[in-house]
Order: sequence, then structure tokens, then C-alpha cells
Amino acid sequence: MESFIDETLKKYQHQTTPLLMVLRDVQAQYFHIPKQAVELIAKGLDIPRTQIVAVVEFYHFFSFEPRGRYDIFLSDSITDHMLGKKALADYLCTKLQTPLGTVRADGVVSIDNTACTGLCDQGPALLVNGYAIGQLSEQRIDRIVVLIEQNCPVTEWDSDLFEVYDNIQQPGLLLNTKLPRGAALTAAWQRGLTETLDDIKASGLRGRGGAGFTTAMKWASCRATEETERYVVCNADEGEPGTFKDRVLLNSYTHDIFEGMTICAAILGAHKGFVYLRGEYLHLFNKLNAVLEERRAAGLLGDNILGYGWKFDIEIRLGAGSYVCGESSALLESLEGKMGIPRNRPPSSIIKGYLAKPTVLNNVETFVAAAHIAWQGSEWFASCGTEKSKGTKILSICGDCERPGIYEYPFGTTLKEVLKDCGADDVLGVQVGGPSGTFVSTRESDGRLTFEELSTGGAFIIFNHSRNIFDIVQNFTHFFAEESCGFCTPCRVGTSLLKKQFDKIHSGHGSAGDIKELRDIAKLIKDTSHCGLGQSAAEPILTTLERYPNLYERQIKQQYSFDPVFDLDGSLAVARKMSGRDDGHAHLTQVEKK
Amino acid sequence: MAHITIDGQIVPFEAGQTVMEAAMAAGVYIPHLCHHPDFTPHGSCRQCTVTLKAGWNITACTARAAEGQEISNNTEELNLVRKRLTQMLFVEGNHFCPACEKTGNCQLQGVAYHLNMMSNHYPQFYALREVDATHPDILLDRNRCIFCNLCVRASHAEGKDVFAIAGRGINKHLVVNSESGKLIDSELTADDRAANICPTGALLVRGKAFQAPIGQRRYDHHDIEEVTLGGSHGG
Repeated sequence: MESFIDETLKKYQHQTTPLLMVLRDVQAQYFHIPKQAVELIAKGLDIPRTQIVAVVEFYHFFSFEPRGRYDIFLSDSITDHMLGKKALADYLCTKLQTPLGTVRADGVVSIDNTACTGLCDQGPALLVNGYAIGQLSEQRIDRIVVLIEQNCPVTEWDSDLFEVYDNIQQPGLLLNTKLPRGAALTAAWQRGLTETLDDIKASGLRGRGGAGFTTAMKWASCRATEETERYVVCNADEGEPGTFKDRVLLNSYTHDIFEGMTICAAILGAHKGFVYLRGEYLHLFNKLNAVLEERRAAGLLGDNILGYGWKFDIEIRLGAGSYVCGESSALLESLEGKMGIPRNRPPSSIIKGYLAKPTVLNNVETFVAAAHIAWQGSEWFASCGTEKSKGTKILSICGDCERPGIYEYPFGTTLKEVLKDCGADDVLGVQVGGPSGTFVSTRESDGRLTFEELSTGGAFIIFNHSRNIFDIVQNFTHFFAEESCGFCTPCRVGTSLLKKQFDKIHSGHGSAGDIKELRDIAKLIKDTSHCGLGQSAAEPILTTLERYPNLYERQIKQQYSFDPVFDLDGSLAVARKMSGRDDGHAHLTQVEKK
Repeated sequence: MAHITIDGQIVPFEAGQTVMEAAMAAGVYIPHLCHHPDFTPHGSCRQCTVTLKAGWNITACTARAAEGQEISNNTEELNLVRKRLTQMLFVEGNHFCPACEKTGNCQLQGVAYHLNMMSNHYPQFYALREVDATHPDILLDRNRCIFCNLCVRASHAEGKDVFAIAGRGINKHLVVNSESGKLIDSELTADDRAANICPTGALLVRGKAFQAPIGQRRYDHHDIEEVTLGGSHGG
């Protein structure tokens, strides 16, 4: 093990910041993080071993307990469930004789759930040793099972299993335009960097991650800092369940992203950039690195970009399974080799970002748009969209519709038009912006996609009338409890309390006061949490409580005047299982029959 | 001098001061657990949540005071929020005050008294938390840990980095920097600030039990507000 750790640390130049990359390599090699490895890494990098322990325990894809040599994570997003995830998961677990959440006794295979893997348009999906497989069916599972039982290395599995489709259904302003290599860079240089920044300002471009901060203002503020060592970071940690548009941009518009980052770097005077790629997108890692190599060879990255004497390079760093790392300051912590805990503001990351240096952090789509604006000018971009929301928005559409996939729309497009285009005839509601967004009913289908009205980072999940709103809210509420980083009290404890309280009502054990209690907990989490995750964790409950109060009321057992916290009969299930009994006397009713 | 107002009272501040620092200097108590004047603000317990006139909440320990800020602090609404947050800490861990050596000197208990907390309100989590009694001079009972991070910060300042908080969400727990993970193999000593700063009874220096009888301890007869403003900060 010494030599493996030694080589791994050497591969990352003995830096502390790529700790997640180091641990990913260790996990892949040993199927867990051995305690001895923790000691060796701590010594090799001269960091407290507790930092390593904390990181291992924080991210989904690291484990101190040995995982199977085929480590399977099933995507547990609502969209996977809508495509039959439960039955297929049961099928897989039965075939492999490995119950969900366990490692098979022979150590060959382990199966667990994980959050959305970003294949919502082609689910249900799973990850095997980190690589995504979509469009699960019994036939495909049969093939996977055979390969595992034959002990065939994942690298030798048929490539069609790992095929990920772009599914671009409706390209628009950006997706329809092919940016020639280096064209945006050349245009920016010829026009002048300050002029290019002015142009991006004039275009009205706002951050595409959801928050909608004016891009040019962010770049200009960062450029104006006294500290001159600056960084450019691309947020490719697209973790919002239901979102997958960055997956497509990373796959097919790779040059556009890097070009946008390089222009940003030139404007800032930054020499180093990072793409923080979510761990679930491991399948894109080699491709991204190959494109970087291509750009270095073409003089579009490196020590003397296009002969202008500009020096800039980009490094791809992978996450390891953590939704909260999509939050910008948590992402920076993760990029520094730490747990993804959102920082206190001020200072903002513009002033103190990566390694406490000024940093511009933008969404994948923002960099693509910036590159195109640098090439084609602000008017080309601003001619599209509304007064306050310029340009287009790329949507990831999935759920109950004929044609799931990628759609690009000018801002201002109505929900109605979107639903028509993707072939959604039977619509109960749409989750706009993913679990942290808003549940919109068809009564609101005249609503327009803008930052002011229906703001979204891109997730668009459609539900038809066969779907149960309670099941959706439950999936989202459990998701947030699972993904809470645990830093602040209301989110750490509150999301778990909210989950319990919701489940109590959902399972029919709620009594009169329980809806009020549910609302109170939800409001407390929203009002007092440290970051956006906590502030939006209760949204699925709060928005449905507001829109569908009757639904909740119906779940309440009016005959109870007390608050039964636990299910009396359910709590006897273990005893029944142990004694092998299931007769009438082995059951208790919650309320004594009169 | 620049000033803010807290519940209508004028509170002067110096440039760079946080709302908490300005309030403390002016003799205004804002309940807190993870805040300690000697360490970098953490902002995790959320006890010091206050409301700006503009309508949104900030944490007094991390927010800088800014000219003209009008802040609500000691209101019925905010004190209910604080009580609920305190109750969350009580149900998350395992806090049995009558059996705890820290009783009467415990800031969690002190804040609970201050907020008139009479019950746990929420269902108990009954978490399984490890006790580390390996160290001859110091006891670590994770049942009482509230993740305030003070021992982590104190030990880091001492150059020892004995503690860290690991894990995610509700499974967070305090870890010890030693190969065995036990306190006895760490560098912690009883005179370390880190061993003495715990606001609850999670970290106790041994050999001091009942030096002050129950009933004659810090918060037994004095509200935590009075004790805090009197300058005798726990730890």
C-alpha cells in the first residue's frame, strides 16, 4: 500500500487541495479507504488525519467499510421512480442476491441508493464503480448480472451499456450555433478585454445556475480586487435532481465552456482555472481532459495562448457525491480538499474564493453564453429574451412527456408553450427548478420563464395525474435530509424532524395538530438555515401545503385527539419477524376498539 | 460614532465589529452557543438569529454591524425560534441534565432556562453516541456534543488540531486526531483550552466533580444573560 499511496500523492504533486482525487483513487483501488491509507496520506500531505476522516465520511462515494468489487449505486431521483426504479431495483437485488444497502458476503457486489445521477431523460440509472448506465430494463440488468458473475472488469463491458445520449430536442440561440475553435478568444483580443467585458455587460447576461447574478458585474468586481492571484472556477456540479443540461454541454459543447473560461481568465488576469465536475459525471472526465489536451496543442491553453503571451490552464477535479457542493462556497471548500460546508458571507468568493483568493465561479451554461457573446456580440444575445432576463435558457425536461431531453428557449417563453413542445398532454404539475424550486400547477401555465417569474437552474420535471403529490414531496424531503451537510442546527436536525413529521402524516398516523407542526418546522428551517440548501429544503412541503391543503387534511385521522408519535403495530414488526408469527394476536391496533 | 439599533436601543460600533461584538460591548445580550469572543465566528448554532428591519434574518455573530441597521432581537417571535433550536439540540443528542456533571454550569442548559424551555417539544432521536473515557484526565461524552466547534477551533489555535467534526447531516460526530481515534492517544492535555471550552458536558476535565455543589453553580441562580454580560464567559 505504501507504494500505491506514494505514487498517488506524486500524481497530484503532493498537494492537499486534490484530496478528493487522491481518495477517489484509493477507493477505486481498495474498494474502501483503509485506515492505513489515512495515516499514509496524512503523513504524506502533512495534514491532520481528522481532515481525511471528515472528508471520507462526508461524501457518498467514500467508505471506510469495504464495498463490493462491483459497487453499484442506484439513482434514487423521483424521475427514476417514475420510470419504474423500484421494481427494477428489486429485480437487480434479487438477481445478485444482494439486498439494497448491503455488501454481498463474498465481497463481490454491493448495492446502495444515491441521489440523482443526471440521467433523468434516460433513466432509471445506476452507477457501477462510478460509471453511469442508463435506460435500465430487465434485459440490461440481466446483462449486467452476467458480467458481474463472470467477474468481467467494468472496463471490458460492452460500451453500449454506458452510452449516454444528448437528447437535444430543441436547440436555440446557443445550441444551434457552432463556435469555431478559438473564434471567441480571437474576437475578444481584437476587440480588447475591457471592451469584451463591456459587451458581456451590455448583453445583460446573468448567471445560469439559478441565482441570476449579473455575470459582468461579478467579473468586474473580481478584476478590481487588490489581490492579483485570481482563479476561474466552472461549477459543473449539477446536482439538482431533474437537471442534466450541463451534462450535454460538457459532452458536446466542451470547447465553448473552456473558451468562456479562458476569456474570463484573460479579463481577470487569472492563470489557473478549475472545472469542478460532479462525481456522477465520471463518464465525462476523460473526454474533458482530452479536449484540454487538444486545446493545449492548438495553443488555446498554456503559456502563450494564441501568441498573445497570455498564460492560462484548466484542471478538472471530480467531486465524490454531495449535493450541497453545488452551492458555490461549499464547492470551493470541496475544491480545497475539505468537506463541502458552505462558508459564512461576507466575504463573498469574488473577494475570497479558492484558497482565499479572488475567484469567479460560474455555471457551465454561463461560460458557454459568455464565449458566444464574446464572439457574436451583445446585441446578438440581447435581442432574445425579456427586458430583465436576456438571452435564452437551456432546460432539462423530464418526467411525464413524450420527448424528454434538452430544450433551449428565449426567456419569457410560457410554461404552456414548453409543455406543448415536449409533448406533455396530461399535466398535474411541474417541478420547476428541481426539489429546491417550485411545484407549479397547470393553473399557472401562463407563467413565463424569467428570473423574476419562474426562475430555474434548468430542471423541469413534469408529473401527470397518475402521480401522487405526497410521494413526490416525500422523495424530495428525504433527499434534503440525506444531503444536509449538518453544519447548522435547523438544517441538520430540522430536515430529519421534517422527514419524520411528514412520514407520520403520509403513513396515516397524523392527528389534528400535526399539519401545524409540519408547517412550523418547515418555516423554522427556511427562516434560520445557514445556506440555500436549508432555506429551500422545506419548499416542497410549504408549496404543496399552500396549493393543496385538502390533500394534507385528508391524511389526518380526525378521530385522534392525541399525537401518536409512533406506529404501535409497526413497532411490533421486528418481534413478529423474530417469532415467525403473523396471527391476529400478534397485532395491536393504535386505538382500542369500542 | 456609527451606531445600529437593537430593539430600539442605540448601540454604537467600531468599523469591522460584528453585530454580536457591538451588542456585547453595549450590554445587550443575544443568546448564543457556538460564539466565543476569542475565536473566529462560526454561525452554526443559529441561536443569535436576529431580524433586520428589511425583513430578513442574519446571525449576529457573523454579520458585520452596518450604519443605521435596525435590528430586532429580544422579541417573542425570535425567542420562540431560539427555543425551538435549543429543543432540536436536546432531542438530537442525549442530554440528561440531572445525571450530568456539567449541570448548572452548562451553557445549553443556561440558554434553555433563559428561553423558558419546559419540554423537549420534538421527538427524541435516541442517537447512539460513543463515550471516550480512555484519557486519564479528560472525559469525552459525545452524547452531549452540540457541534459548536469550539473545541475544534481552540485546539487548532493551540496548534494541536486534536478535534474535527466529521460526517454528514444528522450523522455528524466529533472525531479525535489519533491513530486509534481515542483521546488517550491524542496530544490533548487537561490544561489545553480545547479541553476546557466545551459549553456542555461533552468534554469534562476529570477530578473536578462536585467542587461546586449542585445548586451553587454558575446558572443555578443567575440567568445566562447576566453571567455573560458580567464577563464570566464559560470556558
